[in-house]
Amino acid sequence: MAKHYRPGRSLLIFIASIVGLAVWAFWPGQNHAPKLGLDLRGGTQVILSPQVAAGTTLSQEQLNQTVAIIRQRVDGFGVAESEVTIQGTGDGAKIIVTIPGETSRTVVDQLKTTAQLNFRAVVAIDYGSPQPTPTPSDSASPSGSASPSASASATPTPTPSPTPSPSVSVAPELMVPPIQSPDAAGDFADRFAALDCATSDIKNGATDDPAQYLISCEKDGSIKYVLAPADLVGTDIESATAGLPQQGAGGWQVDLQMTTEGAKKFADSTTNLSSQKTPNNQFAIVLDGVVISAPAVNEPILGGSAVISGSFTADEARALAQVLKFGALPVSLDVDEVQQISPTLGNDQLHAGLLAGGFGLLLVIIYLLLYYRALGVIAVISLFAAAIMTYLVFIILGRGIGFTLTLAGIAGAIVSIGITADSFVIYFERIRDEIREGKRLRAAVDQGWTRARRTILAADFVSLLAAGILYYLSVGSVRGFAFTLGLITFVDIAVAFMFTRSLVTKLGNSRWMNAGSAWTGVSPERLGVTKSAQEVN
Amino acid sequence: MASLSRLGNSLYRGDVSFNIVGRRKAWYAVSGILIALSIATLGVRGLNLGIEFKGGAEFSVPVAQATDQSVTQARETVIAAGETPSTVTIIGGNKVRIQTPALTTEESNALSSALAESFGVPEAEIKVQLVGPTWGDEVSKNAARALLVFLVLVAIFLSVYFEWPMAIAALVALAHDVLITVGIYALSGFEVTPASVIGFLTILGYSLYDTVVVFDKVKENTKGIHGGSRSTYSEAANLALNQTLVRSINTSVVALLPVLSILVVGVSLLGVGTLNDLALALFVGMLVGTYSSIFVATPILCQIKERQAENIALAKRVAARRKSGSIGDEVKVVIAPGAPIVNSAGPRQQQVKKTRARRSKR
Repeated sequence: MAKHYRPGRSLLIFIASIVGLAVWAFWPGQNHAPKLGLDLRGGTQVILSPQVAAGTTLSQEQLNQTVAIIRQRVDGFGVAESEVTIQGTGDGAKIIVTIPGETSRTVVDQLKTTAQLNFRAVVAIDYGSPQPTPTPSDSASPSGSASPSASASATPTPTPSPTPSPSVSVAPELMVPPIQSPDAAGDFADRFAALDCATSDIKNGATDDPAQYLISCEKDGSIKYVLAPADLVGTDIESATAGLPQQGAGGWQVDLQMTTEGAKKFADSTTNLSSQKTPNNQFAIVLDGVVISAPAVNEPILGGSAVISGSFTADEARALAQVLKFGALPVSLDVDEVQQISPTLGNDQLHAGLLAGGFGLLLVIIYLLLYYRALGVIAVISLFAAAIMTYLVFIILGRGIGFTLTLAGIAGAIVSIGITADSFVIYFERIRDEIREGKRLRAAVDQGWTRARRTILAADFVSLLAAGILYYLSVGSVRGFAFTLGLITFVDIAVAFMFTRSLVTKLGNSRWMNAGSAWTGVSPERLGVTKSAQEVN
Repeated sequence: MASLSRLGNSLYRGDVSFNIVGRRKAWYAVSGILIALSIATLGVRGLNLGIEFKGGAEFSVPVAQATDQSVTQARETVIAAGETPSTVTIIGGNKVRIQTPALTTEESNALSSALAESFGVPEAEIKVQLVGPTWGDEVSKNAARALLVFLVLVAIFLSVYFEWPMAIAALVALAHDVLITVGIYALSGFEVTPASVIGFLTILGYSLYDTVVVFDKVKENTKGIHGGSRSTYSEAANLALNQTLVRSINTSVVALLPVLSILVVGVSLLGVGTLNDLALALFVGMLVGTYSSIFVATPILCQIKERQAENIALAKRVAARRKSGSIGDEVKVVIAPGAPIVNSAGPRQQQVKKTRARRSKR
């Protein structure tokens, strides 16, 4: 046993792995701090549960589509590091939206609104800056093509449009999206002129009335439109798929199939549109009041199926198909929980958590030092090693799998201080037991480990089991706690097996420890071993 | 410290022994009373469930100094906004917390604006939490499911790693811990939030962890006792308890210190919140957990084991041997609940020097 174990080597491996983790965690150009959860830095968290009609079940596809649409809306808020995640599966699935830093009250409404999709004929277009009539390169036909205006006509210069001339003044409340009018009369033209897509809230989406005229912007804010009342609404579309043309020529496109009723409406609409001049031959695909795409129509499309083509990338085509197909959320959403925490409060909680952790650690250190003396020093160093390792793993996991540290997680970490220290307590008590049996220190360290190891593993296994089950069967903060607990249990095993044991073995070989001073914490006299008993061994 | 260490020595050798297993009736009585009290309190008062379980809305408004005046002001603002405040409380001296029955997001937005205006704070500074009425059910359902799966797996693990009587004893101790902790929540009226549920679930892990450590020693001590007639199962188990007593005390202190610090720091800095909800459950649960692993789990284990044929036979052999008086020093189980017998170690400093000197001469 003693011959095979080389404390120096496992110490080296342990230190190397800490250094490795540190290099990984602090690699230049990355985040160097653990990712903080919402309760520690403020923001909004919404837990939504998708609802489907009674008797039907939620399909994975529906769930994915819903998440994709919500993600799109969240991206609209423009907050970095926003997250949309799914927890659970099937009917029990939850969609968890976290938007750090954002605590505005309208966020929740915007998330759960069922998006509205409609097709509107284009009345007027303003490209912002003068351009050589960037007519969309044409046609949505039975197999026609239409360019997604976003790519075809993106304004190269992001300079503000010349249109909002100082002469036009419109009351701000008239500019709150959706900007609509039943007849496009009166100040509608002024409102159009006054609109600046770069600053307007239109991009964030708003539910528009399909029966009214609408002033809107292209998704990227490059183009503004006046749009006629809707010809078709989302429910008129049977299916939409992204694909490559059968003949192989050209880029990605979106194939549209209308419902029977939709086909009729679309036929009427395209017949009318195709007879118009640019830009009035275009129809805009409007989602949540925002123009997604505005292809032109060159000929009437009568069959109810159409192709929208242009310079799409595969992703753009898929995204458009998804909007067309699932523009309206495929399911309705119930709000399970909303939490909005101000950044100030988040900061307070973080500080309180860290303070509690630091204070707790200090108390444990004092106790260990008083009771175990030299061994206590090893325990304290091991605790720090565990703390460093945990911190590094937090950083790495924050980057790798989006692990966020929440208040519950910090609590988990603080609780784990005790469980980690307990491994040392078990080990040290075993060593002392062996010495009480009259063994010499070196032998006691070895024997003590063999016995303690089993206990530590069995006890840690129970902790891991608890953490694992909590993690798989729970949602939200419980999960964060379970994850932290499980993680730290692993760290505990690594530290106890590779670090603490090596240090104790090294120390056990030292002359000073074997001399049995009261400060060693393993002094035979203090452990009640009489000299005669020691002599015998 | 030194005296605890010396007590450890005496306990280990059996010079001092607390007859824990033998007095099981006393422990059962203590636990029984605690459990009965818990169940009674639960039945009468019930748990103070947080809005996460009932559904509802909670607003936390930061104020410079929270007084009764701010509570009245908050109450009036809520009523003026057309809602009913269910509770308004001061938290940590600088926050007013308002809870109402479930609100829609529109209602909640209106109320939070009204509160912001009334207290003159930016709206974004107000903490808002809205919980749908079904959410709490799901949280509880998930927790219950987690609990069930956990118990089954733990029972399997313990039966494989130890033996089935140990699994049963450990689970009884576990139920004991959770019941008493929940009872204390009912008694104190502390709010039960998801964080407290996390606390309860952690207690499960901790309580078992502690029991596993004790049982590991029991397993070691009872290995091979059937070959002889030196001590009965209960006596061997009792020795194991005594030998791990110092470990149990140290572990509890080390585990409780950080939790205590969460409670103190949490209450003084944040008032009510996740940290405290969690820490109270943990604090109580860990205390009870340590108690039960020593005073409940092992006595129950011994009760089960003493009914097994081989242990009955063993007890008979031991009794017969003691009667015949063939081994005198075997009856060494001294019942000494009070002062531990201090082993003669002599003046410490001198002793150390002597040893060192002798060693260097060699």
